[in-house]
Amino acid sequence: MRRVRRLVPLQRLRELSLVLILIIVIVIFGNQIDNYYTPRTFNRISSTVALITLVAVGQTLVLLTRNVDLSVGSMVGFTAYYLGRHLSKTEDMSPMVLAAMAMGIGGAMGLINGLLVAYGRIPAIVVTLGTMAIYRGALVRYSDSKSVATRELPPWIKDLPQETLYKFGEYELRALPGIALGAVIIFFFILLYSSFGRRLYAIGSSPEAAHLAGIHAPRMVTLAFTLCGALSGLGGMVYLARFGTITVEAGRGLELQVVAAAVVGGVSITGGSGTVLGAMLGAILIGTLEQSLIRMQINEFWKDAVMGLCIIVAVSVDRILINQLTPWWSRTELQRMPEEPHAEV
Amino acid sequence: MQRSKLWARLKSWEALLFIILCVVIFVNLRLSSHYLDLNNLANIFHLSIEKSLMVLIMAFVIINGEIDLSVASIMALGATVLAERYEAGWSIAAGLALALLVGLGCGLLNGLFVAYMGIPSLIVTLAGQIGYRGAARIILEDRSVGDFPKWFTSLGQDGFIGPFPITSFLFLALFILGLVVLQYSVFGRYVYAIGNNRAAAEYAGINAKQVKVTLFMLSGLIAALAGACYAARLGNVRANAAEGFELDVITIVLLGGVSIFGGTGTMLGVGLSLLVVLNLRNGMSLSNVDGNTQTSVVGSLLILSVLIPNWMQRLQRLLSHLFAKNPKLFNRGGAAEPKSPVSVHQ
Repeated sequence: MRRVRRLVPLQRLRELSLVLILIIVIVIFGNQIDNYYTPRTFNRISSTVALITLVAVGQTLVLLTRNVDLSVGSMVGFTAYYLGRHLSKTEDMSPMVLAAMAMGIGGAMGLINGLLVAYGRIPAIVVTLGTMAIYRGALVRYSDSKSVATRELPPWIKDLPQETLYKFGEYELRALPGIALGAVIIFFFILLYSSFGRRLYAIGSSPEAAHLAGIHAPRMVTLAFTLCGALSGLGGMVYLARFGTITVEAGRGLELQVVAAAVVGGVSITGGSGTVLGAMLGAILIGTLEQSLIRMQINEFWKDAVMGLCIIVAVSVDRILINQLTPWWSRTELQRMPEEPHAEV
Repeated sequence: MQRSKLWARLKSWEALLFIILCVVIFVNLRLSSHYLDLNNLANIFHLSIEKSLMVLIMAFVIINGEIDLSVASIMALGATVLAERYEAGWSIAAGLALALLVGLGCGLLNGLFVAYMGIPSLIVTLAGQIGYRGAARIILEDRSVGDFPKWFTSLGQDGFIGPFPITSFLFLALFILGLVVLQYSVFGRYVYAIGNNRAAAEYAGINAKQVKVTLFMLSGLIAALAGACYAARLGNVRANAAEGFELDVITIVLLGGVSIFGGTGTMLGVGLSLLVVLNLRNGMSLSNVDGNTQTSVVGSLLILSVLIPNWMQRLQRLLSHLFAKNPKLFNRGGAAEPKSPVSVHQ
């Protein structure tokens, strides 16, 4: 047992328990719904989850620094509309250039958020509440309240959701979930091993200590917001590929789902703890619940109530378990370390 | 002494808001000849009476250092319960009582999770926002219920004194009550103390948990009441009523000089900021600006309202550093500006 405790950090345990809950949920729905264990279900859920996961990764970076970004929904909507309008005008455009453009636009909006928070010293919730309205207003202005229709788009972006990257048996990893998975893997390692990632954790855990350790917090916070914007921009491209029709309402309310996914995945809203892997698992859990409840057909109107309940239960259980487990789990760490004599000052 | 007090008053947040309000009213007067019509003035309050009601209690909640994102959903739930019960044959009064009770219950649930489980209110009320809206959906599905008795809708629509409906006077009464309770009662002082420093307040013997639960319950109650006003004003109710209202409400409170970290802000400031936002929106509506652009103008105002004092403070610090021989020159008048947001990454 002690070896297990030593090998598995508490954060991993949190993620493992999420996987366990996910399996239980899937088994329950599998018993209730006919033909649940099919590639079709998998594809449907995975393409819903892709968008939320992608944006939740960005949100995690921001949450780690004790800030929050409520403008992600508007950034996704604006980028999706801009790209759609652009594609309907220009004939040939390579996917890579489009993705770069998406991240550029999103990143610019995120940079504005970051500068206002870090250098303007305005609380993040105030800034992003404001920019949420401003970016949405910009979208309405830019679009002149017109929509982008699917038929205006070139065929390749419409086919993007059906593109298969990898096949295991009948289950396919499609392009959109592939993008999201790529982002999760990249940022998982960045947060775990790069100095940038560790600094984000340091700032969120203790701003004073981070300052004393010589970390230039404003720069890191700005970078986190910019990356969050860039990922939201990429999310806008995913949104465009998935839905095709973009109205001025695109992505409204997404920020709540994204924050909920991150929080269910164990990312602390008070900063300093959480991983993108957890955020992804949270997004998968929420996406699975949502899609499965729609398929249950008992009553689609129950969906929101059940979602709200799930979020509060997940967070409460997490809080209780972690509070109970932390002292016991970290006991080995204390025992292992011999007590060092204090250095004379 | 007298002079420095006056100076502090002039530099205060409320004074700035008052100046902004004057500018907004002046511009409105220039833009539209209908602005001063009594009917238009009544409309300014009448059309957003629900938001105005919820602003009052949101000010308490934010000063207490918490936030309530679920007000709009509780409001929809309250309106839904009232409409559904009326449809099922209850009287309006009984339906209203049940709606208020439901609002109180939702608030209690929020408060218990925040105060006793120690989960941040942002998360609890985010879940509440989704969940209570879901409850409203379960009750009404996608139907729209109306056909309220004439006397009920006339309460929300027709003039009581002049063109002002009775709900406007309800707001006025609650505003005065809120002002007195927040500024001059023991409970109000507790709210500030907990928002300023919860640990210190608890050591001083204040039961912070109880205060927080009370506030969330009141928030739910007022939200349900706002839902009843909504039903009376529009004459029919859908489960998606008031979506997104919470952001407007929070924006107005923050613009009123209330710090998102709690502990500072006055009811007077919140009232002035409400007037600014309502008049601004009214003026833009009169000159045919669409709703989304209106919201983004209010959003910009929100950001600027925190950014400019922050810069002024920095400028002051810079100047007083330059003129270090007489540092007091730029440092008089006490706490004139709102507490600068303690940025977490300094």
